[in-house]
Amino acid sequence: MAGSYDRALTVFSPDGHLFQVEYALEAVRKGTCAVGIRGEDCVVLGVEKKSVLKLQDPRTVRKIVTLDDHVCMAFAGLSADARVLVNKARIECQSHRLTVEDPVSVEYITRYIAGIQQKYTQSGGVRPFGISTLIIGFDANDKVPRLYQTDPSGIYSAWKANAIGRSSKTVREFLEKNYKEGLTKEESIKLAVKSLLEVVQTGAKNIEIAVMTSDSVVKNLEIEEVEAIVSEIEKEKEAEAEKKKKPSTSTAQ
Amino acid sequence: METLIGMVGKDFVLTAADTSAARSITVMKSNEDKSRDLNKHIVMLYSGEPGDTVHFAEYIQRNVRFYEIKNGIELTPKAAATFTRKELATSLRSRHPYAVNLLIAGYDVTTLTSQLYWIDYLGSSISVPFAAHGYGAYYTLSLLDRYHRPDLSLDEAKILIKKCIDELKSRFIINLADFKIKVADKDGVREIEI
Repeated sequence: MAGSYDRALTVFSPDGHLFQVEYALEAVRKGTCAVGIRGEDCVVLGVEKKSVLKLQDPRTVRKIVTLDDHVCMAFAGLSADARVLVNKARIECQSHRLTVEDPVSVEYITRYIAGIQQKYTQSGGVRPFGISTLIIGFDANDKVPRLYQTDPSGIYSAWKANAIGRSSKTVREFLEKNYKEGLTKEESIKLAVKSLLEVVQTGAKNIEIAVMTSDSVVKNLEIEEVEAIVSEIEKEKEAEAEKKKKPSTSTAQ
Repeated sequence: METLIGMVGKDFVLTAADTSAARSITVMKSNEDKSRDLNKHIVMLYSGEPGDTVHFAEYIQRNVRFYEIKNGIELTPKAAATFTRKELATSLRSRHPYAVNLLIAGYDVTTLTSQLYWIDYLGSSISVPFAAHGYGAYYTLSLLDRYHRPDLSLDEAKILIKKCIDELKSRFIINLADFKIKVADKDGVREIEI
């Protein structure tokens, strides 16, 4: 059916679809989940890590990467494609500093990344990047946390909280329900873990969290810290369930 | 006329660069910083063709940073010097070579040693206990040769660099306005007063 509308050059199908781009979006939907949350004076990235094999070195599998001192990125989709895009973005970050003596703004590097992704939907002999990205950071001399998202078609947008990848719809809906303005650092981290737990069955060991505070310092949470948050959340959930159970049993009698 | 001086001490490197920006017979500025920090522990001092110097130094600075972000490790002074030397050697064989002389001073956090590299525009690079570039070298190398010891303390090194600067003030025909002194040790690169 798709026939000749998904060849080397991305061309429109008669009903206005770009199949290659849609397949790329499908690759994103198959990728592991990533969430981003903006707090009052911090911004959090959380990703679902594929469980590493017994003999694999977990440090070599990274889904949250640094683009520059003040910008971080997480992605969902084909990791190999991400590597190429990350490298291009990192070069641009340094190149920007070299040419204008200022670090990139988060919006600028997002636009740059989205620009590359768009180019790969309109050039011959290439295929689109099979990744969506969440980009977080702080602009120079600014204390406002930033969170942006890009996708394979080259669309980019700013968010208060968002999720990409597998079951991102479930997570986004969870965030829509539970997001509040002016979250503290601890609350933001907790919300990120909580939202990921909606779709990650295996718990703390498959969750990776990075927090950036307004001084642009990135902190990757240790597994023990994530575990502590997970058990705290589970305890809360139990207490909640307990509370719900009690009145319902009394009415049944 | 520019002068760069560097010396390795017990667990630090001390560097000095004059701060005058001159063109022909005129001093245009007397508080120019002729150095760039390549990372927390490495500082690069430059002299030579104005324009070339800053452009080359910042080009190296950004490439070092790019390497560090890409690979998640800090470059050692030796690695930074080797990379810089290669860039200069490549440039020398191009149509418009950079006319830049450098001192790369830094503290190696892997081996816990301090290192100083003397690099010139021809692509020579050598690790030395003390070094100088420019006319100042004619006056200061003899002093450094006489008084430098590998186990110099920071205070002793400050006195020695002051000796060098005083010698330049009394002997050198050109009055170099001032010197910016920097030190690189385990705590990083910082400017100090002497």
